[in-house]
Amino acid sequence: MALLQTLLLRLVTTAVTLFGVAVIVFFVIRVVPGNPIAMMLPPGATQADIDQLTALYGLDKSIPQQFLIWGLGVLHGDFGTSITLRQPVLALVLGRLPATLELSVMALVMAVLVGGAAALTGTRLRATKVEGGIDIANGMALSVPDFLWGLVLILVFGVLVPVFQISGRVTPSLQLPFVTNFYLVESIVRLRFDLTKDLLSHMFLPAVALAIPLAAIIGQLLKQSLKETMHLDYVTLARTQGYSEARVIWREALPNAILPTLTLVGVQFTFLIGGTVIIERLFSYEGLGNMAIDAVINRDLPLIQGIVILFAVIFTGVNLVVDLTYAALNPRLRHG
Amino acid sequence: MADGRSQVRRRAGVRLWLSAIWLLLLILLAIFAPHIAPKDPLEQDLFSGRLPPFWVHGADKSFLLGTDSLGRDVLSRIIFGTRIALAVAFISGTLTCIIGAGLGLLAGFYRGWVDVLVSRFIDIWMAFPPVLFSILLIAVIGPGLFSIILAIVVIDWTRFARVIRAEAMSQGAMDYVASARVAGRGKFGTMLREILPNVLPIIVVLLTLEMGIAVIVEAILSFVNLSISTDDPTWGGMISEGRTSIHQAWWVLVFPLITLFLTVLSFSQLGEGLKDRFDPVLR
Repeated sequence: MALLQTLLLRLVTTAVTLFGVAVIVFFVIRVVPGNPIAMMLPPGATQADIDQLTALYGLDKSIPQQFLIWGLGVLHGDFGTSITLRQPVLALVLGRLPATLELSVMALVMAVLVGGAAALTGTRLRATKVEGGIDIANGMALSVPDFLWGLVLILVFGVLVPVFQISGRVTPSLQLPFVTNFYLVESIVRLRFDLTKDLLSHMFLPAVALAIPLAAIIGQLLKQSLKETMHLDYVTLARTQGYSEARVIWREALPNAILPTLTLVGVQFTFLIGGTVIIERLFSYEGLGNMAIDAVINRDLPLIQGIVILFAVIFTGVNLVVDLTYAALNPRLRHG
Repeated sequence: MADGRSQVRRRAGVRLWLSAIWLLLLILLAIFAPHIAPKDPLEQDLFSGRLPPFWVHGADKSFLLGTDSLGRDVLSRIIFGTRIALAVAFISGTLTCIIGAGLGLLAGFYRGWVDVLVSRFIDIWMAFPPVLFSILLIAVIGPGLFSIILAIVVIDWTRFARVIRAEAMSQGAMDYVASARVAGRGKFGTMLREILPNVLPIIVVLLTLEMGIAVIVEAILSFVNLSISTDDPTWGGMISEGRTSIHQAWWVLVFPLITLFLTVLSFSQLGEGLKDRFDPVLR
């Protein structure tokens, strides 16, 4: 019952947040000086041409009127038409979304694996030089944001030792048999591992850049929780029963220590997705973020709106899932 | 156990000092840039474009760290770049801190409708990807130093507000606050005289971290060509140019990148070091 109440309350606040995002974006970008329509037409266009096109995109109406028309459209799944690319915004945005999702999920998996391994190793070898080394590496990784790691990776693995691709999502000359935009997933399903290899070689560095700060956070927090759990009575009891230290950490301490980390990973995952905007730009990766920056530079109002709203939906969605998972996993909240 | 603690503190102390020295060095570079820089950072010389740094074959020794594609001196541009980087760090950091911490204090201590409003705005802000938000704002208000500072303040105030709000809430529930109120101090006075001094250490730590973030934001905006004009020397602008000519002239990217890396690392280590100093558990 309490769970249902939490769910309803969270759904309402999420809706309010999304509405707020929509209002802010819509009004902010309409303060932009300069007419996007004028930029679309060739230099010799007459005033009548400009007026006609302005009316076509609805930009001649007042801003609240525009918001109303746009808002009603959105509720029907119509996000308008991109001014520069002249295609429906929804199709454009959904076309790019899989690229960004594949990159983010790959980075998340890397961060969880590396951060988890660091925490477990650090706990197993606590109070040794290894733990000290892990702490220093964590501190470094946390201090520097993904953008700078991306540049360092480009230099080291793109130029100094060119083992990975530093630009794009896939080698342009390849023939792609894909019907969806989830290239990586589809290449595996179709057993085209030559393409999988090419895709991974492009995705690896941007994913690592995104994963480094998150891996450090996971490593730090999980190690702290594990070390606290190791002092509890039931862990000592398991140890007296003769289980090995590694097994005690893995089977007894980990399930209890993982909850705070899980919550944090959820919140941090939204930061990671936010980071894709600049990382995709840095690696010329054809995802949503790269498209967003182009849209801003070209003053493509409908496209900017669509992308920002989609990001906001993803962010609030992830947060919602995290909160509900936490509520479902935490017995105190479940029965409270 | 006591031994381990003093070891942690000593290590933290070294990092604190190294970071402080590097940042002090940058401040001196920024102030005395015209006297220190060997060349004019804007002077172009198309005949000496893309000269390598001094130890590489084919270098012109008067351009210590080489030149970019327009023949501008990399070292001098880095030195002049500290001015914009530090100006952005200090001004936007301080403004963000004042506004964010102020709103956080009000929301956390007064609660009620102020809290509802501030919390709602924090929620909405958290649903925006910050980089996209800043690029959007700069596109709207136009490039320039003022715009960057404004964008950072508008976007990052929530970093302070979130933490300070929570702190003010837990401090506000403590006995000493109640006694101050009983002793006849007004609500606003209590907030300034009792709560603020107690959350000040956290504010200082957040401020230091924010300065590092501001340097990065400026670099990111320069990278997408939305910061200052492309002529003015900024680290981000140099990195952006270096990224495109990475295979022909690596030094255009490497040297500003090292500078930016060390600066961001220093701000963050300084913040972490201060956090340890203020942390009663370690003390």
